[in-house]
This record gives sequence, structure tokens and C-alpha cells, in this order.
Amino acid sequence: MIEIRDLHKSYRMGSNSLHVLKGINFSVAEGELVSIMGSSGSGKSTLLNILGMLDEADLGSYTLDGVPIKNLNEKIAARYRNKFLGFIFQSFNLISYKNALDNVALPLYYQGIKRGERIEKAMAYLEKVGLADWAGHLPNELSGGQKQRVAIARALASDPKVLLADEPTGALDSKTSYEVMNLIQEINDEGRTILVVTHEPDIAAMTKRIVNLKDGKIIQDTKVNQVRALENV
Amino acid sequence: MFDLERWEEIFDTIRKNKLRTFLTGLSVASGIFILVVLLGIGEGMRNGISQEFERDAANIIYVYTGVTSKEYKGLNPGRRIQMKNEDFDYTALKHQDDLEFRSSIFRIWNGIVNYGKESGSYRVEGVYPDYQFLENSGMIEGRFVNYKDHDNFEKVVVVGNKVRNDLFKDSKDPIGKYVQISGINFKVIGVYTDPGGEREESRVFMPISTAQRVFGGGNNIANMAFTLEPEDNFKAALAASNRFTADVENQLKETHTIAPDDESAVSINNSLENAKRFYDLMDMIKFFFWGVGICTIIAGVVGVSNIMLIIVKERTREIGIRKALGAEPLSIVGMVLHESIFVTAIAGFIGLIASLMLLEFVGPLIETQYIANPAVNFNVALTTVFILVIAGAIAGFFPAWRAARIKPIDALRDE
Repeated sequence: MIEIRDLHKSYRMGSNSLHVLKGINFSVAEGELVSIMGSSGSGKSTLLNILGMLDEADLGSYTLDGVPIKNLNEKIAARYRNKFLGFIFQSFNLISYKNALDNVALPLYYQGIKRGERIEKAMAYLEKVGLADWAGHLPNELSGGQKQRVAIARALASDPKVLLADEPTGALDSKTSYEVMNLIQEINDEGRTILVVTHEPDIAAMTKRIVNLKDGKIIQDTKVNQVRALENV
Repeated sequence: MFDLERWEEIFDTIRKNKLRTFLTGLSVASGIFILVVLLGIGEGMRNGISQEFERDAANIIYVYTGVTSKEYKGLNPGRRIQMKNEDFDYTALKHQDDLEFRSSIFRIWNGIVNYGKESGSYRVEGVYPDYQFLENSGMIEGRFVNYKDHDNFEKVVVVGNKVRNDLFKDSKDPIGKYVQISGINFKVIGVYTDPGGEREESRVFMPISTAQRVFGGGNNIANMAFTLEPEDNFKAALAASNRFTADVENQLKETHTIAPDDESAVSINNSLENAKRFYDLMDMIKFFFWGVGICTIIAGVVGVSNIMLIIVKERTREIGIRKALGAEPLSIVGMVLHESIFVTAIAGFIGLIASLMLLEFVGPLIETQYIANPAVNFNVALTTVFILVIAGAIAGFFPAWRAARIKPIDALRDE
């Protein structure tokens, strides 16, 4: 599903150049649930941004579902993001003036789907994350866990190839974290490819494979026995 | 533009952000409102001042006499100078090629006019037919006095609109009816209106020959009024009228044995002198209100631009989210502009309609001497709305464009 070859990325900070990614080789098969770990400054967020087409690599190749991702202009990047990727953020990033249902329906708007169908689909995904009763509520009327579940429903709404989660439990207490991870595991069980960036070992342990990043290089890449989140709740 | 889905999205955003929309709209609407009312009052002042000057023909020259103040050729000061028909005839003949309209006036004091049970005291004057044009009067009904009336000493009168309304309360149709002036019957042949308003419309005119004969005036006249043939430009007109004025003054002083430097015996009121001041004043008013208007538009444009900058800034994070979800840059710019144009246009028209209604309904109630019929050129007002809308769109475009170019990851970090 994801193929990365010799990926380099550096940032220019004044006269200094900061080499963040120093040759990453990495591939993810369909249906995998991978966690990317590393201390801050290890380059994990940069890698995720490149995977999410929010940023571009200096060197190296990136292929997503057989499509080479290079020389993107804004327009094509936007289309690919919409078609291939679903984002889950640490701070949820729901649009504050739209209710849960409209938030979930937003990616579908950018796919050009008509309103009626949009609402119907969005409702189905809200049901899937167990928040059908909260469809009409604004984000500030929801708890942190509920917001993240709305965000997951939104990420799923466009039926993407890959879900990218950036510290999805970073703003949640551990009980809620495990509930969210349980949801992520269930979605993965249905065969969806998911990448989770985290620095919490217990969250990483709930994935099927842990990739460890340090100073812009992968130092460890191991398959693990998945801990089911439900057991911890 | 006609994408229904986009409209739905815009309306959704507007509905959910009422305060923001209200504030944007308020600033645009109040800007337009203030501008239109201001331009309206400016126009009202122009109208009001014009009316003050339109009572009579713009270039009328008015000659009247008073009491001598200086001893001259053995005659005592304090003599009352009385102009005669000969004075008028002489001047009219001497300058016949230069004059456009001419009339002498014989005034009847204590002019009580009766019709049936109604009566009133009005200025009753004997005049020549030209006097209609000298007074800038228009006929509502019937006709003015003519030279035939004059030659035949006809006992006919032309009454002002106010006189008609006062005396002919029931029928409102005075033509052919007889009114009594000092007990003598006069046939009403016309009703006139005067741009000078009610005061100028409460007069009664009859042929000067009749007035002099019936009211024992001999060949006395109270004043003379003239206008000169139009010249190509204002300067030439002013020069010609000053020449004429000086000549008439000298002539009268010679005929009536008045000291050449006596300033109270003969007075000549030259409207062109006043007109020059009037035109200067009009220009000043026009200049002032346009200046204020343009400043108001600039303030409005700055205000709208400011609001657009803040709105886009406030929405940076939302824009980042939308981009992460697959919004193309152009759709972001489109969304921001679509909303801003829609809101400013609607608000602009609300301000326009409110101000036009104010001018329409409150304007006529204003009864200050120097403001009349405040109104505004609709096209000017409409143009202003469009300028503000376009300015708002341009002001919104640049921040929106920049926001759309920001990497979504940066926009999402924006707290």
C-alpha cells in the first residue's frame, strides 16, 4: 500500500540546514496497523506529514496504492488527500461551528457528493462510532473522547485507503484513550490500513507493528503481538 | 456562482456565524447609509439655496428709487424720487437691442382681494406681460396678461397659486370668475406658480395701464425690472449688465436731478453679482460633499478590508482542516469571497434602501429654509454599493489567497 524509498527531508533554519529525515526505507502492506514511535525531534511528525501529502520530501520516492506521489501541485495534492487519506489529529480539528454530522459530511462535500447522500453517509459513519444520538451537537458540547470519535468518523467518511493518526490519544485520559484505540483496532479489523504516530508505549503495543525512529532514521521495525484495547478498558 | 452546493455551504456558514456576519453587514450598511444620507443632505442644501435664488430670473436687474441724501443744484436732500412711465419707456427704447425682458411695476397698497365670502390681503401689482419671465413664473391655468390687455386697459388679473387656494376654496377653478379689488371687479384670466414658493405666489398681477388708471396712479411707477439678452459666458454677461446698470443709474440721476454720488436715491439690484456668489457657493457645497463622500467611501473600504483580514485570520485553522480534508486552494478562495461578496452586497443594499427610505419619507418633512427635497442620484448610490462590494472582495481576496496557499500543516498548528 505504502512504499517509501530513501526519503530525505531537511529544513532550512536561517543559515543552518536541519536534516530531519536521513534516508527512510519503509513499506506498509494493506490492512496493517503500524505505530511510528520516537522521541520528539526524531522526525516522526515530518514523516507523517510527507505521508499525508501535507509536506513534500527533498529526495526519494513515495508510492501510495501504486500511484507515485511526486511533483504535486496544490490541486492534485488536495484531490489525493481527499481520495486516499483520512486524518486523525491530536487536537481533533473539528470545525467549531458545524455540528457532528456536518463535520463528518465535510470530506464528502469536497468529493462533490449531493447533500442528501452526504448526510445519509455521514450518519452511517457516526452510527459506526456510536455517536448517532449526538449528530446535532456542536463540538464544544462533546467530551474529548466523543470529539475524537467524530474525527475518526470524518476520517472514514471519504473511504480512504489509509488512515493517518497523529497522536490520536495525546489529549485524552487513559480510559478514553483505550476506547479510541479500540475503535481504531475495530476499523483495522475490517481491513483498513492505519498508521498511528505516538510516543506512548502502551498505545504502540495495541498496534500490530512498531517502527522506531531516532534522529531521522529507522532503528527498529518489529511486528508485535497486538494487545487488544478492550482488555484494558 | 450558481453551484447550489456552494450556496448551501455559504448559508450554513452564515447561519452558524451570526455575530460575524452581523458585524460585517453592519459596517457596510452603516457606511452606505451615512454616505447616501450625506449626499442627500448635500443635494438638499443645493436645492434649498437654488430655490432662494430661483424666485426671479437669474440675471434680473431691479431698479427702485428712494430718498435723496445730498443737496444738489439747489434742491434739498430728503426729496422722494418718483419714477415715471417716461423713465421706463426711455430706457426700454434706448437699450431695446440689448434687453431680453422688460417691465415696470406699479404697486397698489392695501390690496384687499375678495371673492364671495373669502378675502385676503395680497400684493397687487400692475405689470407688463414680460413680468412673467422676469419673475420666473409658470402658468398653471389660463394665461398671463398680454399687450392687448395692456392697450385696452382690460380689468383682468392673474393670481398666484396660494391666492387661488385661499379664495377659491370650493371650486378651485377661478378662470373667468370675478374678484373684487377695493370694490372693483376684475376677471381672473390665469393662475401662476413661482419657484420662490408661497410668499411669491401670494400676489395678484394686472396690466400696468389698468392699474395706473383704476387706482389713480397717473404715470407713476414703483420699480423697473430688466433682463439682458444672454451672452456667451458668465464674464461677458456680468460685464454687459454692469454697463447697463451704470447707464440706467446715470440716466435716472440726470433726469431727476440727483447728485452723481448720491447712493440712496437710486438703487439697482443686479442679480448677476449675486449669482456669481451663488455659483461659487454651489461649487463649494458640491466640492465639500464630494470630499466628505469620498472620505466616507475610503473609510468604508478600509473598514471592510479590516473585517475581511480578521475573518480570514480567524478562519486559518478551519481552512487548514478543510485543506486536509481535500479542499482545493481555489475552492477556499471561492468560499471566502463568495461569502464576503454576498454579505457586503446584501448589507449594502439594506443600507441603501434604509437611507433612500429615510430621504423619501423624512426628507419632505424638513422645513428649513436652506434644505429642500434632499435626494440622491440613485446611480451614484448604486455605484457606491458596488465600489464597497468590489473593495470588500479585493480586500478579502489577498488574505484568502494567502490562507489558501498556506501548508495545511501550518494552518492546523495555528492556535
